Amino acid sequence: MAAITDTTNSEDKKDYRSNSLARLTLRRIIRQRSAVIGGTILGLLILVAIFAPVLAPYDPEEVLIGKEDIKKRSSPCIHLLGCPEDQPQHILGVDGNVRDVFSRVIFGTRVSLFIGFSTVGFAIVIGTFLGAVGGYAGGWLDNLIMRFMDVLLAFPSFLLAIAIVSVLGRGLQNALLAIGIVTIPVYARVVRASVLSVKEQEYVSASLALGGSHFHILFTRILPNAIPPLIVQGTLGIATAILDAAALSFLGLGAQPPTPEWGTMLGSERNQVFTAPHLVFFPGLAIMITVLSFNLLGDGLRDAIDPRLKQ
Amino acid sequence: MTEQSARKNENSDLIQVKNLVKYYPVRGGVLRRVIAWVKAVDNITFNIKEGETLSLVGESGCGKTTAGHTMLQLIPPTGGSVIFDDIDVFQLERKELKDMRRRMQIVFQDPYASLDPRLPIGESVAEGLKIHGVGNGSERVDKVMAMLKRVGLEDYHANRYPHEFSGGQRQRIGIARALTMEPKFIVLDEPVSALDVSIQAQVLNLLKDLQAEFGLTYLFVAHNLAVVEHISDRVAVMYLGKIAEMAPRDDLFAKPIHPYTQALMSAIPIPDPTIKRERIILKGDVPSPLNPPSGCRFHPRCPFAQEDCAVDEPVLRELSPEHTVACHYAEDFLD
Ligand SMILES: Nc1ncnc2c1ncn2[C@@H]1O[C@H](COP(=O)(O)OP(=O)(O)O)[C@@H](O)[C@H]1O
Ligand code: SF4
Ligand SMILES: [Mg+2]
Repeated sequence: MAAITDTTNSEDKKDYRSNSLARLTLRRIIRQRSAVIGGTILGLLILVAIFAPVLAPYDPEEVLIGKEDIKKRSSPCIHLLGCPEDQPQHILGVDGNVRDVFSRVIFGTRVSLFIGFSTVGFAIVIGTFLGAVGGYAGGWLDNLIMRFMDVLLAFPSFLLAIAIVSVLGRGLQNALLAIGIVTIPVYARVVRASVLSVKEQEYVSASLALGGSHFHILFTRILPNAIPPLIVQGTLGIATAILDAAALSFLGLGAQPPTPEWGTMLGSERNQVFTAPHLVFFPGLAIMITVLSFNLLGDGLRDAIDPRLKQ
Repeated sequence: MTEQSARKNENSDLIQVKNLVKYYPVRGGVLRRVIAWVKAVDNITFNIKEGETLSLVGESGCGKTTAGHTMLQLIPPTGGSVIFDDIDVFQLERKELKDMRRRMQIVFQDPYASLDPRLPIGESVAEGLKIHGVGNGSERVDKVMAMLKRVGLEDYHANRYPHEFSGGQRQRIGIARALTMEPKFIVLDEPVSALDVSIQAQVLNLLKDLQAEFGLTYLFVAHNLAVVEHISDRVAVMYLGKIAEMAPRDDLFAKPIHPYTQALMSAIPIPDPTIKRERIILKGDVPSPLNPPSGCRFHPRCPFAQEDCAVDEPVLRELSPEHTVACHYAEDFLD
């Protein structure tokens, strides 16, 4: 049977593995420079978050008045760069409450990554459920769910988050909930769109023809194939969530002092931009790097998963 | 199935399709209300005898896939009934339908879309066995391997993913997946249309061998007559959701009667250049099933259309035993 001889053969175990779907995808991702850069930065940030207590020289919430001879809002002092040895070293200076900024920025990584993953995780779980049910069931249920999502999307998400926090009360937890809720529609839409396109694939009909239940089809055939765009959207969404959370905190609606949250740090020192610029520069830089890493990774993943999107 | 003994009484029809209708809703406006219907399959009736191959032939978009999918309850019917082994398929409860699915299977048109890209093909072939809880894990593996071998693949192929296979191999995998259910009836939805001509013959031969070995009954869908000549026992020609002509294979190829069948027939290339056949070129495109032409649906393109063809719809009439034609002037084309 000539038709079935192909380029592979039975001994070629290595070749088979290198052709597996997971490896192909991984190879495509690695070929995307932005994904690699974003992923590397993110990896470092995660390490920083994990080892924050080791990396940070001070307790981020510790007020140093009376413990060290130092004035509030002192500029950075790095001994290696010529700062007199008799002054205590604060790489990024101290803030208005005489706390070590470097330690606060380090611990802020924990807070921000937690914010990003938890809000997006929450939004993805609920959004996936709503989008999958709507897309698969179709009809009035789909209409009901998606019109509700449209209503949520009709408001600028940040204003909606502010409104939700105003109702629930300020604080990090409520800010997370608010950001989670306002981003649900994005994931519901992404999942619904993939479910709709996957649903039409013949392998789904094949499953039905074999006697598969709707539950079986939705969870084993459709959803796994609808996941890739969700990963891309989720990665990009984390960047937005971190920014939104920082903005809420900046406005005093999110994380409350003395929590070492970058947005809070920016907010409480926003009047010192000219007198003590290091107090807003470093938290701002941290936000930028973190958001950038997720955006780079998300863009790279998108190009790797769907090369057609890239010209 | 205890009714099985009661069967085989008056005829040997495994399947009776009666007045099958499938309209797709077209939605529009802000409220997504139904504003029109695509009349994809519009009242078709045919039987398939046990062990027989009935071919369903017609241009792309005439409703062949819709007919096959509706028969298997992959999409809900608009009307009509399908009797399989004296059981009305459309009346079955969920559990009964699940059992019925083991007896009626399908091979899909697109070998690239019919296999889950995330699954090693062994998993795809085993899916039905898993769904129905047939055997334990290792028994299923044995069954899958045996079936892969039977359709001309090797057992080490089981661990590979669909993208590693050619179109012909994928169709074999799709056939294996259907066969693991040990069905009596298989809808073959253009199983070779996507394949190279050289590979088409191999897959057609495989299908013929499997039919003889397992006593299968086929509904073979194709968009041209050339493909079905060797595999069919009978042929039904479809045009815009309706059957135009139906006849035993030899009968149809010897004397096609309906003008549409004649046109399809004239499109088949003849290997012998000494034989002359006039090529009938149809004018225009296939009209949309959204607004099918009045009267005879073929009349805007029919070279022999008369005035009344646009008004009166022809019904299928038997011109000779088992040879039915839906044309007012069928007798004129008998020679
Ligand atoms: N899900 C659907 N919704 C609306 N129209 C459809 C759908 N599937 C098929 N159709 C239409 O029904 C007609 C018949 O399609 P199909 O059964 O796929 O034809 P064939 O298999 O003969 O090419 C075509 O006009 C097609 O556009
Ligand atoms: S009924 Fe009229 S239009 Fe239709 S096929 Fe016959 S001759 Fe042609
Ligand atoms: Mg088709």
